[in-house]
Amino acid sequence: MSSKASILAAIQKNKPVASPLPDLLSFPDEPNLVEKYEKGLSGNGGQLMQVTAIKNVQDYIEANFPREQLKASLVEGVEGNIDVNNISDPHDLEHVELAVLQGELGVAENGAIWMPEKNVVHRVLPFIAQHLIIILKKDTLLTNMHQAYEKVKVNDHGYGVFIAGPSKTADIEQSLVIGAHGPRSLTVFLMD
Amino acid sequence: MKTQSHAQAAAEFIKDDARTHWHDETLWHVRQKRDLSAQGIPEWETLRDTASATKDYVLSHLGELLEQFETNALANGIEVLWAKDAQEHNEHVYRILQENKVSNIVKSKSILTEECGLNHYLEDKGYDVVDTDLGERIIQFAKQAPSHIVLPAIHLKKQDIGEIFHEHIGTEKGASDPKYLTEAARQHLRKKFVEANAAITGVNFGIAETGGFVVCTNEGNADMGTHLADIHIACMGIEKLIPRATDLGVFLRLLARSATGQSITNYSSHFHKPAPGKKLYIILVDNGRTEQLGREDFKNSLKCIRCGACMNTCPIYRRSGGYSYNSTVPGPIGSILSPGKDLKKYSTLPFASTLCGSCSDVCPVKINIHEQLYKWRQVITENTDVDASKKLAMKVAGYTFGKPVLYDLAGKMARTALKITPDSLVYSSLNVWGKHRDLPDVPKESFKEWYQKNRKS
Ligand code: SF4
Repeated sequence: MSSKASILAAIQKNKPVASPLPDLLSFPDEPNLVEKYEKGLSGNGGQLMQVTAIKNVQDYIEANFPREQLKASLVEGVEGNIDVNNISDPHDLEHVELAVLQGELGVAENGAIWMPEKNVVHRVLPFIAQHLIIILKKDTLLTNMHQAYEKVKVNDHGYGVFIAGPSKTADIEQSLVIGAHGPRSLTVFLMD
Repeated sequence: MKTQSHAQAAAEFIKDDARTHWHDETLWHVRQKRDLSAQGIPEWETLRDTASATKDYVLSHLGELLEQFETNALANGIEVLWAKDAQEHNEHVYRILQENKVSNIVKSKSILTEECGLNHYLEDKGYDVVDTDLGERIIQFAKQAPSHIVLPAIHLKKQDIGEIFHEHIGTEKGASDPKYLTEAARQHLRKKFVEANAAITGVNFGIAETGGFVVCTNEGNADMGTHLADIHIACMGIEKLIPRATDLGVFLRLLARSATGQSITNYSSHFHKPAPGKKLYIILVDNGRTEQLGREDFKNSLKCIRCGACMNTCPIYRRSGGYSYNSTVPGPIGSILSPGKDLKKYSTLPFASTLCGSCSDVCPVKINIHEQLYKWRQVITENTDVDASKKLAMKVAGYTFGKPVLYDLAGKMARTALKITPDSLVYSSLNVWGKHRDLPDVPKESFKEWYQKNRKS
């Protein structure tokens, strides 16, 4: 008997009496989405900037990141100096200082942003960059994860990730350190 | 060779009084963060009920869901393998590595691969497996096993870690600043990520409906590894399934909050297809799970989502350390999972509890952990020759459990006592494993007397 068959046979023999599948949950909408979102994001180590135009993001980058550093932008209106669409081996992204990406939606309860594969081109980009900027539209904010999973089709693409903050660890005596392996910062620009 | 009992191993741990206290307090702090976080969610109990019921559904439809998962995963281009036991799991991994001529392997935290002893197996075959979770890397250098399922190096102090890093990655002697040490590990592991051609990960949730799976990390190490390497091998216990993607709403809201109090892990990665030109494998592992499924009293232990909350809250775990359990999954959940694997070897674990019920109270999937501990005690008492003192403790526990009202009250008291004066309960002479480990032949006071007396104070 194959291992699959023997595992399934053992399950058949041992499985408990059928129990029903619970209905999906829904809870009241959060009235102050932006405020709640900011709290959620900062709780996980990210920071929120509210801006009115994409130009403000460009200005921020120019003020904070030296010209010669490698920057990859997949957001229209924000200039980078490498074109990730022309890169075939993700290892070539090793020295990217900043990645600028468009988020699909944000979740107020925890700051999480849904980032499908099509928004990152290379799956490793949001992780390998030293710093990460995500642009998020205000009207994509949702109250909680239940709402997010109703909107997002997790298998539309081969890969997708909820990003809720920069890379962090507390494995040494529970002291929080930002910048474990991935981005040392996450800045979310919220736009109208 | 006689295996060390939990009490003997715990005695080792508590020899260092200051460290025991520090360990205890650190974990209690994590537990408090969990409480704060849970209290911030008005629908918390609804989430727990729903998670528990969803897992009931999963366990009672496991066969169908696994087949559905496999069909959908195959359609996604994932190669699916089945493993009856640890040996077969390891052989699958080895074969994949051989077939793909892999030389460098990075791994992100996976309790299942610990359970299967994968690292040792691969090392024997000449592979060097690099654990990339910071805590895991630390203990890998120290040639230790994780002492906690979420916080693998929680038993070590920063000075210890400074020493370990000095020896292995050349940090400055005596350096113990967590920021400095983490930065050094970052530089060291970045090289490993870039060099790796295979990445091994665990799985937090497998989605039957879509044939994909979710991996949760804060460090982003699972993603750094899998997206750079050409081969991704995901190792998943068959109980990790959930029926629908929408069920993730419930589980992701509970997992990180229960684990450390944070609202969600910073990365919750959903894998459905291999990236173009790459390969993705998933190994579905039984290794005793189907047997546990058939044990009416213990099947609920398979609902566990490995958040670690029951460890952080457990007065015994906090004071005896993860190693005292001598099993891959320590703490309360480990004490109900392990006896199913080897009743004799793990016969002392179900006794490593005050039966205060705090574990069941915090468990996000509402496993009746403390009741199962009690039931294992009965099984063990009937089937092995436990020493007399434990039989006595059983009687005491039996008395309380037989009287629901009394038990409830006692439970409440215990929970308060845990917070205020934990020692009063934990180190009481009624407990086989507290400080006064040599239980007198006859208890000085019955539980009832103890209760009567303590109620007044
Ligand atoms: S038994 Fe419950 S509390 Fe313990 S690790 Fe599992 S899910 Fe968490």
